[in-house]
Amino acid sequence: MSINKGMRKNFIERILPITASVSLIFLLGIAFTLVTTSLPVFKTVSLQGFLFGSEWIPTAEKPSLGIWSLMVASFYVTFGAILFAIPLGLGSAVYIAEIATPKVKEVIKPIMEILAGIPSVVFGFFGIVFVAPIVQKVFHLDTGLCGFTAAIILGLMAIPTVASISEDAISAISKDLRNASYALGANRWETIVKAIMPAAKTGIFTSIILGVSRALGETMTVLMVAGGAVKIPTGLFVPMRPMTAAIAGEMGETVIGSPHYHALFAMGLVLFIINIIFNLIADHFQKGKRNV
Amino acid sequence: MFNQLIKAFKSKNDRTIAQEIGFTIIKICIFIVILSLGILLLYIFMKGFRVVNLDFITQTPRDGMVKGGIFPAILGTFLLSLGALIFALPTGVLTAVWLTEYATSQKFVRIVRIGINSLAGVPSIVFGLFGLMFFVKYMQFGVCLLSGSLVLGILILPTIIGASEEALLTVPKAFKEASLSLGATRWETMYKIILPNSVSGILTGIILSVGRAAGETAPILMTAATFYTTRLPNSLFSKVMALPYHIYALMTEGSKSGQTEIAYGTALVLLILVLVINGLAIYIRIKSRRARKW
Repeated sequence: MSINKGMRKNFIERILPITASVSLIFLLGIAFTLVTTSLPVFKTVSLQGFLFGSEWIPTAEKPSLGIWSLMVASFYVTFGAILFAIPLGLGSAVYIAEIATPKVKEVIKPIMEILAGIPSVVFGFFGIVFVAPIVQKVFHLDTGLCGFTAAIILGLMAIPTVASISEDAISAISKDLRNASYALGANRWETIVKAIMPAAKTGIFTSIILGVSRALGETMTVLMVAGGAVKIPTGLFVPMRPMTAAIAGEMGETVIGSPHYHALFAMGLVLFIINIIFNLIADHFQKGKRNV
Repeated sequence: MFNQLIKAFKSKNDRTIAQEIGFTIIKICIFIVILSLGILLLYIFMKGFRVVNLDFITQTPRDGMVKGGIFPAILGTFLLSLGALIFALPTGVLTAVWLTEYATSQKFVRIVRIGINSLAGVPSIVFGLFGLMFFVKYMQFGVCLLSGSLVLGILILPTIIGASEEALLTVPKAFKEASLSLGATRWETMYKIILPNSVSGILTGIILSVGRAAGETAPILMTAATFYTTRLPNSLFSKVMALPYHIYALMTEGSKSGQTEIAYGTALVLLILVLVINGLAIYIRIKSRRARKW
């Protein structure tokens, strides 16, 4: 009896595997929804025409549904963002893990968490009212609402992701490696650059991938700040419309069931696939790290 | 910041100079990050304080949004976050319980984990698309509080699972073994020993995810939010106003002068809300770490 008591499962224990599957079910549900709602768009446009067509005129009588200009815009702002986020995020990580005293660390880590917790719409708002006018003045632009301003803000938003994961990786490096480096006569800086950073490189790489994925998927900031112009951007300093901004901005105006509607879902599917790939890569590297 | 650098140059040792230059660059990096955050907070606080007063947070909007307060948006954000939590909290904690204590098939665990990690990486606008298609259209809930809460609930699920799992794993194995050896069942051990001992960690995760849910805009854009409604929400199927959406709408819809002022006030209220929530989480974590006896 007493053995049986331990083995018998109560109701909650029975449903545990089901609740654990909820995340998976929703992930598959999202994928299924995106695929089924996207497919009708290919009655209007070929896959190649959709991905690489340079004209996005979705509301015309005979709509042109090429998302190339929007994809390039996404690439521009994400690339710009990561140019800000890598040095600043990595620098912050090294500072927190290697240079800061425990007391300073106790202050700076919550500051990073606060930065990570600020809503994206507040970043976007700050971009419109504060950053954009400065960018406009400094670079003598027609409008400050452009890819560069979006990249600055997205970079700022990606810093906590890059910093916290890199810092975990750097802190996880064993003391032995550090001591061996000191014993060979290296000073602290040489130890950081030549021993610790190379040893933590998978973690740092993971942090950059997740930072990119965060910047690429960010919606409100680019919707508010990037300017919204639909043409292939000629540089970072022109108004542009990344994919996320197009979905969020145009969904309200589109007729349900129209080619435009399906095209916006197809764009969501493109984003979804790119982000899943990035996450699987990051997951793969983190798994590799655990096995070591 | 530069004192040591100057000292290094005086010593004329190349390696020491390199070290001091490196450290200075690193310090400049962290300084830029903190300065940016400081400017953002200071700017919104200064501009927002002129607008925010008791009437602003307790009254409904008047005169086409440029007068009165933002009470319906505050209420809407509260209800959306609460709804998200009601869905995600039990699901998330039970998932963590299963992952840490009950899972037997490593393969299934691996698949579930990939699912959770991937879900965490899905862009928020994609959650919005899913919510629009599934909850609003297919389930015919319409654009309403229920649809928005469910979408936000799915969005914060990975955060709650992650925090709960971490909290459950910090409880020493000896606690569990002692409980089991006294004849308690696996569930009794979980319910009476492991969960109570990890409650502060789980609480931290919950609070952080509420902060996240309160600040999200893209997922509720198409599933729950409306710029202006004269009635307060009276059922799960009401459209709601929400703080983050309100900021966006004030900046992009309509063109009345005075909208930006209200947006400053709304941004400040949202910012304070999120800062208080995050501060609370950080406080609980520090407190519980100090109080821990093992």
